[in-house]
Amino acid sequence: MNDLHLLSAEAMASFAARGFLRFDAAVPEDLNRQFLEEMGDIDPPRPGQKMRRTYGEMLARAGVPQTPAGVPLVQAYPEGSALNRLLDLPLVAGAIRSLVGEDPVFDHHFLHVTFPPAYHEASGGENISQHYHQDSTIDPRRAFDIQIMYYPHTVTRDMGGTRFLPGSHLRKVSEAAIARYQNIRGQQHMVCEGGTLLFLHSGIWHGGGVNVSDRTRTMFKVRINPSRSQVRQFDVSTLKPQDAQRPIFYLKGALPPSVEQILMTPEPWHENDTGRLELLNRVKLWRYLTGDPDYDADYWATRIENLADA
Amino acid sequence: MKRQKVLALYLANSALDSTVVGWSLFDGTGETRRMAGDEDLPPYPTGLHALRDGWRLIQASPLLPHARGEEFDLAYLKYEFLFEQIVETRE
Repeated sequence: MNDLHLLSAEAMASFAARGFLRFDAAVPEDLNRQFLEEMGDIDPPRPGQKMRRTYGEMLARAGVPQTPAGVPLVQAYPEGSALNRLLDLPLVAGAIRSLVGEDPVFDHHFLHVTFPPAYHEASGGENISQHYHQDSTIDPRRAFDIQIMYYPHTVTRDMGGTRFLPGSHLRKVSEAAIARYQNIRGQQHMVCEGGTLLFLHSGIWHGGGVNVSDRTRTMFKVRINPSRSQVRQFDVSTLKPQDAQRPIFYLKGALPPSVEQILMTPEPWHENDTGRLELLNRVKLWRYLTGDPDYDADYWATRIENLADA
Repeated sequence: MKRQKVLALYLANSALDSTVVGWSLFDGTGETRRMAGDEDLPPYPTGLHALRDGWRLIQASPLLPHARGEEFDLAYLKYEFLFEQIVETRE
């Protein structure tokens, strides 16, 4: 890795608040082409063939290594392979370093493909979207993993791009226990150019869309763990000192842009009371990321940490 | 033959006339097949609007005290209201 493009304080605050960073068309076209060539073609639909078999054959043929969980990320992909080159892009390497620190660890990866209706008709199955879920299992840590979602080709709305809920990453839920929720205000669907990358906090609620187009949609996901500190790994030279708390509630006009402004911007789905707890939990995450145990935004933590003359 | 439609609305607070922030519809008539991610705007602005449109409330989330030490832990959407419609269908 060379010439790391570390995330700015503003980008890092946006990740802390919303749980994702999106980089449109960030991967060069020749690398997208190499990746798709390494993945190989997907067979056309065969009458009577179950989707599980179609998927299994595709995974077996694709040029993705079967890598053990827990190895250093730098050992996960062969030199010169598309995925090795992808992780070495300055933007990608810099974002990984900023979010999970030095010596990141490979957790797992997967080739996610949504198939057009013809495949489901041939298999006799139903073509439906994936339920909302949080990956892995209940995760009580303040530390977090990241997941990079890579879209090597253009994704249109009807191709069933990943659906995700900005700001859901700080909710501690149990995987598909959230499947009952079909739609939530503010949800986003990945519609993007080829070479787009989505960096997700491991807690983000998400699901694959339904593909009603006439071509397959490919997305590659890799989950990465920290092995060292996640504290102050971003470009801290862009972090402005906080001299005082901002005025709150009674404002005579808009306040200037700041990290606090980013952290205190609610999501459309926030409930009235728990939306405030979301802001407080963002403050706690920012304390973790900046190594500043006294940080606060808009007085949410200071007020309830005031024990008077205890 | 009667069939049930179930509408789940997730509201911004415990009042039925507060804003819808999430929603799901499960259609027992088989006329529609709703699924995750199929709609970005809610069917009603508030739960009260669903009542006015003929949905019958069958369950609401209870309000529970916050366990000491877990006051700031957030998990599932808090204000879930389940509604039903009983619809006459042909055999």
